[in-house]
Amino acid sequence: MKKISLAIAIAATAVSGLAFHASAEPVDEQLFIDGQEMISRAPAPEGHPFDEVLSGWLFREAETRAAEADSFANPGMLDVERGEEIWATVEGSAGKSCASCHNDAAETMKGVGARFPKWDADAKRPIDIELQIDKCRVDNMGAEAYKFDADEQKALTAYIKHQSLGMPVKLDLSEGEMQSWWDKGKDVYYTRTGQLNLSCASCHEASMGKYIRADHLSQGQVNGFPTYRFNTGGLVSIQNRFRGCIRDTRAEMPKAFSDELLALEVYVTWRGTGLSVETPAVRQ
Amino acid sequence: MATPKPRVKVPKTASAGEVIVLKTLISHDMESGQRKDKEGKVIPRQIINKFSCEFNGQPVFSCDLDPAISANPYFEFTAKVTESGTFKFTWVDDNGSTYSDEQKIDVK
Repeated sequence: MKKISLAIAIAATAVSGLAFHASAEPVDEQLFIDGQEMISRAPAPEGHPFDEVLSGWLFREAETRAAEADSFANPGMLDVERGEEIWATVEGSAGKSCASCHNDAAETMKGVGARFPKWDADAKRPIDIELQIDKCRVDNMGAEAYKFDADEQKALTAYIKHQSLGMPVKLDLSEGEMQSWWDKGKDVYYTRTGQLNLSCASCHEASMGKYIRADHLSQGQVNGFPTYRFNTGGLVSIQNRFRGCIRDTRAEMPKAFSDELLALEVYVTWRGTGLSVETPAVRQ
Repeated sequence: MATPKPRVKVPKTASAGEVIVLKTLISHDMESGQRKDKEGKVIPRQIINKFSCEFNGQPVFSCDLDPAISANPYFEFTAKVTESGTFKFTWVDDNGSTYSDEQKIDVK
């Protein structure tokens, strides 16, 4: 009996071994979150190196994909709930919460997650959701800006972006100087850095779909950020992910929200034009 | 760490004898006791070490948890329901705290 079950186990391993190689392509599946259809494949915008932009969801294991498809099983939703509490919490000298001005986020924040970063005419640079939250806190609430990657910052960002779940990403590059920041971001994307001499494009464009370091390389889309990652057991912000990738090339990491990384956020967000906002996505 | 917050998902209604799916999730760091802080000192272990589910006082499912279980542990299991009643879910923390939640189900 034992011999037979061992033989079955070997056979099963052999089959799954084959499947392992076959699954190096993104899966041919459709993402539904609680039954709501997400756009996980979209025609690329003009000037894009790919014909089709693909959500990172298509590159993940079946269990990881399933965790994102059910908002109850998605551990990132715990942070979204925390964000909802922060939304209604009064902070700062003005005695206000986010809700004091913006009321119900389900209405007022709908679509916001799909069109940021946008142009900030006051600061004369693009602004992403994290920076917009800080701007509101300092200017309107009389509260302090969040420390980069504070749990509250990630939770509130995820809550705000989650209000746009399913909406396609679309940046307005005609605003202010967005186009020149896009150009700058493109330069950053294609510049090789670090001892390993890698650019973003080395992995996410030239090697998209391949296995490297036991990982299935995606297009590096950011439509699901902040993303819940099982390897850290928590939310990971876009800027943190950029810094992590740059660190892995063994380069010096630019500061979060620096010109370089903000330009990169504009450019990389554009590369995912047409994909649904998946925040909080679930990744390995 | 913020106070762990349990979430459970139980169908509101079921027919007698139906096998239903129960889902639970609790926010918890599940600190393994293997990590060190910035000063090099071991961060003491603090995990959820036991989970149990009861229906009208009768055990449905329970298990022990160990340090290799990831943060925010998620359980999904099934139960056959024959009468209306209350599911009670309990999580036991290493620090002695217990977290619990209850959900009623109407069986027709």
